[in-house]
Amino acid sequence: MSFDFSVVWSYSQLLLTGLLWTIFITVLAGSISILLGIVIATTTLYGSRIASLPMRGIIFLFMGTPLLLQLYLLYYGLSQVGIMLPAFWTGVIGLGLHYAAYNADIFQASLKAVDPGQMEAARSLGFSRGATRRYFIIPQAVLTALPQVGNNSIILLKDTAVLSVLGISELVLDAQRAISETYRPFEFYFTAALLYYVVNLAMEFMLSIAGRKTEEIR
Amino acid sequence: MNQQKPMIELRQIRKSYGSHEVLKGIDLVVPRGKIVSIIGPSGSGKSTLLRSINMLEETSSGEIWLDGQQVNRPLKGRVFEKHINHIRQEMGMVFQQFNLFPHLTVLQNIMIGPMRLKGLTKTAARDRANALLAKVGLADKGQAYPARLSGGQKQRVAIARALAMQPKVMLFDEATSALDPELVEEVNQVMKQLVSEHMTMLIVTHEMRFAAEVSDHVLFMDGGVVVEQGDPRQILSNPIEERTRVFLRKHLSN
Ligand SMILES: Nc1ncnc2c1ncn2[C@@H]1O[C@H](COP(=O)(O)OP(=O)(O)OP(=O)(O)O)[C@@H](O)[C@H]1O
Ligand SMILES: [Mg+2]
Repeated sequence: MSFDFSVVWSYSQLLLTGLLWTIFITVLAGSISILLGIVIATTTLYGSRIASLPMRGIIFLFMGTPLLLQLYLLYYGLSQVGIMLPAFWTGVIGLGLHYAAYNADIFQASLKAVDPGQMEAARSLGFSRGATRRYFIIPQAVLTALPQVGNNSIILLKDTAVLSVLGISELVLDAQRAISETYRPFEFYFTAALLYYVVNLAMEFMLSIAGRKTEEIR
Repeated sequence: MNQQKPMIELRQIRKSYGSHEVLKGIDLVVPRGKIVSIIGPSGSGKSTLLRSINMLEETSSGEIWLDGQQVNRPLKGRVFEKHINHIRQEMGMVFQQFNLFPHLTVLQNIMIGPMRLKGLTKTAARDRANALLAKVGLADKGQAYPARLSGGQKQRVAIARALAMQPKVMLFDEATSALDPELVEEVNQVMKQLVSEHMTMLIVTHEMRFAAEVSDHVLFMDGGVVVEQGDPRQILSNPIEERTRVFLRKHLSN
């Protein structure tokens, strides 16, 4: 049997829609993972014991167990106790939480790595501890964390494929739909792989631009 | 303001790290508009003393006064925070390691204090920052990030940043110690300019010649106490205490 990629062309509409959903999910889950990652990192480092305990719990739970299992738990597990989230939002939130844990870990390290002289300089000008964190410590830590958080976002992009198990329309599920009609798994999976790769390259490009910007301040 | 009151007055300042007492009852007066320098060997407590004045270090006992206000008032919690944040605005501090904010441009480094703490508008803060940059000879560096500056330029920006808060007094902790020798002079020049403008200054330094040149009064510290103090010419050329002699012999020779 030979490969026939012309069949892919007639499904380009479906594949591109899938790709757009994949990008959309990446942006949503990625934003959650970054913002929540910062919140978790700052609360565990600066917050009260009571506030930081559940945050530590999130890191422990979401870093220590498989994403797939987390999605099943959020979707099927929670529905058993009456909490029914739409599949799409379960996927976005699950993916966001999973990567928030990883990002929190990175933000924690970069917050701790900010030179203590920064705190002293800001305090000596008259900034409160909170204002110092807000204007000086956290922005610097975010910049330091950027390359690693960017890498996590690229891994997150690839993990959006896992969401197909919840029946969420994205690139993999749409490829599977096309395959079920055409019985051409190689062509469609290969094309899907290429599309992931292109988005991946675009993200790396954006990261390198951001990286050049942060080089200026080092 | 009361001309009688000294700008800074320390009474019996004590400070311990665990069981190690590093300040053993220091008295110090910096009169308004005068320059006081502190010299002494490494580990004698000079930085600790300077940092105690704006309470970056907490003292164990003693009183700290700035222009008639007690700095270390026995306040608690938020009330104390408010008080100290306000008092610190009146004291500029310059560090050995510059401690510029690396994620902000030179101009932003200088503007952020006046804008966030003193409520200046962006335009007013920028005008003030530009004037100060011109004063320290860096008018063309406003848009640069600190990483692009030499050590001497960084320290001049740090001085401008402190001056932007229009402090009553400037505290310098070995402002030129981290600099290559050829960059020391440009920072010293800026400090001398402040002297000529009658800024009150308390300077920790290892540069004896500079101390002799600009100071009205010199203290020699060793082991957490002020061993000897007085007129800079007398202290540096004809000290009374043996410990001062030993220290100066070592430091004036090289
Ligand atoms: N955070 C700290 N914890 C424990 N001991 C400290 C701490 N900071 C300073 N010390 C000790 O306090 C003493 C005084 O230190 P300080 O830095 O004030 O000396 P210094 O006169 O400024 O010295 P140098 O000329 O080297 O800057 C030293 O013995 C030092 O080891
Ligand atoms: Mg010191």
